[in-house]
Amino acid sequence: MNPPDERPTHGNGPATADDDRTGLPGLRTWRGVYVFVLGCFLLWVMLLIALTAFYS
Amino acid sequence: MNTLDFVVLLGSLLGIAAYGMWCARGHRNLSHYLRGDKTEGWLTIGISVAATQASAITFISTPGQGYESGLDFVQNYFGMPLALMLVAAVFLPIFRRLNVYTAYEFLGHRFDAKTRLLGAALFLLSRGLAAGITIYAPAIILSTVLGWRLDLTIILSGLLVIAYTVAGGSKAVSLTQKYQMAIIFGGMVTAFIVLLLKLPAGLGDAFTVAGGFKKLEAVSFSFDPHRRYTFWTGLLGGLFLSLSYFGTDQSQVQRYLTGPSLRESRLGLMFNAVFKIPMQFFILLLGVMVFVFYQFEPPPIFFNQAAWHEAVQHDAAGKLTALEREFSATYTQKEQSIHRWLEAKHAGDAAAAASAREQAQSALERSQVVRAEARTVLQADDPGVSSNDADYVFVTYVLSHLPHGLIGLLIAAFFAAALQSKSAELNALGSTTTVDFYRHLLKREASDAHYVTASKWFTFLWGLVALAFALFANLVENLIQAVNIVGSIFYGVVLALFLVAFFLKRVGGTAIFWAAVAAQTLIFGLYLLRHQFPALDFSYLWYNLIGCAACVLFSLILQWTIGAGGKSAASLPVP
Repeated sequence: MNPPDERPTHGNGPATADDDRTGLPGLRTWRGVYVFVLGCFLLWVMLLIALTAFYS
Repeated sequence: MNTLDFVVLLGSLLGIAAYGMWCARGHRNLSHYLRGDKTEGWLTIGISVAATQASAITFISTPGQGYESGLDFVQNYFGMPLALMLVAAVFLPIFRRLNVYTAYEFLGHRFDAKTRLLGAALFLLSRGLAAGITIYAPAIILSTVLGWRLDLTIILSGLLVIAYTVAGGSKAVSLTQKYQMAIIFGGMVTAFIVLLLKLPAGLGDAFTVAGGFKKLEAVSFSFDPHRRYTFWTGLLGGLFLSLSYFGTDQSQVQRYLTGPSLRESRLGLMFNAVFKIPMQFFILLLGVMVFVFYQFEPPPIFFNQAAWHEAVQHDAAGKLTALEREFSATYTQKEQSIHRWLEAKHAGDAAAAASAREQAQSALERSQVVRAEARTVLQADDPGVSSNDADYVFVTYVLSHLPHGLIGLLIAAFFAAALQSKSAELNALGSTTTVDFYRHLLKREASDAHYVTASKWFTFLWGLVALAFALFANLVENLIQAVNIVGSIFYGVVLALFLVAFFLKRVGGTAIFWAAVAAQTLIFGLYLLRHQFPALDFSYLWYNLIGCAACVLFSLILQWTIGAGGKSAASLPVP
């Protein structure tokens, strides 16, 4: 997903403009990535609740 | 185990260790040794973070927990995705901006030297204790079931991990973790598929049986404080536990600081936020399916068979043999009831299915009573034997029912898991000792080569400490819980140090230092007095929340009392 020639820096330091980009197709901002992760979490919990309810 | 199993076991473990040492040879400076060469992409970082958390205990003990209690342990991880998002959004940018080697350096920047040393000391204490458990846990189980000498198993696996961690530093840790995780998941997924193929009932019937015996109750919204795993303890306690672990535990911080950019480190953390819950669910489900398997195949009355056979030899009155016969009889009744239950279900006869299910449940309860009695007799015979055999369930299944070659792969997976978490721990213990104590207190002006050598020596010494602890440890109630309990006792307070540093700019070093000391004393008190006062005997996950809240509250009160503020994280200089 991130070829070596796209990596911005080789040391810690201040965030660069490149750090603001996620490099993910469809999820261009970090806010979008966090919403996606939260959505996955809610999906897992709902599925587990459904499993619990179905077999109890 | 036969020759093929040993070839798979030794070939994979030694091959990965040698490869890691070869690729990571030659360290130019301290940054290279402690943070790698900063070429790892997000997937390597993500795998490294997951591998550090997933020790052998995860893959040996968790299926046993699924076998005994079902899926409810998965709730323990509900707070983790939220915690990882906070770490990625708040903690990580500041660590990278300050260009720190350890998380505790940040405390020195924000507060003062004594708070930095307190944070580092709490880490060394908690992780040093856990390091002994992570090396001892798989060794005691594997040596028992394989008939190997415990001390030799501990020493040989310990020396292997010390060798490549000392020689290769952080890069060797990340590289080896990637291939060790491939071995682990290759083995676990194959074991799961073979298990499903061996089940006499189909997958639907397997779920019916598991559900009928209450093994599929994954989520509980109960407010009972004595119930260890609920949605609330998982979400709140798990949030604080995970926030503390991923945000302040150097063994994790060091993994994601190896990233070449903020983006790669963040994506590595988000990878874990998405996949940790399904991964734990899968491992627990494996244990539940082993439970279903043993409803159609006679299980041993006690899964630590070595301890059982030894006790039977000393059992002159034949009490254990009689219990074994009774257990076998209840198994036969239970199996017949389950067959009737499934036949009635397939025939659409709900009343007959319910009746047969009740009979099966009743037979299961009787067999559990017999098992409990056997444990009591066993412990009376030898108090040194743990009555909890859940940690032996999955290994016993692997050795008794999987084909050769796959047995070697699974045993390699257990050892690989032990090595991957151990290597990250040793790497972090060596780094913290070097950066926060040796370089900060003893030798401030020395060459990078000197600090690399010092770091190697400290890593080696921590390896020896962990080995010594593992050699003299005793089996605890349940291994994965033991590690989490040790973590929970310390993590809340360490987390509070960082939360106050990030968000309460009025609080200075002296206030937070004494607040942390007081809060840690409170948690020790709660833990030690839990048997004397039943009201204090609540889930250990709450220690994270209580420790953190107490430390934050104490720091505000103390700061208000002594006056004068600190500096905010945002105002810290960029190096």
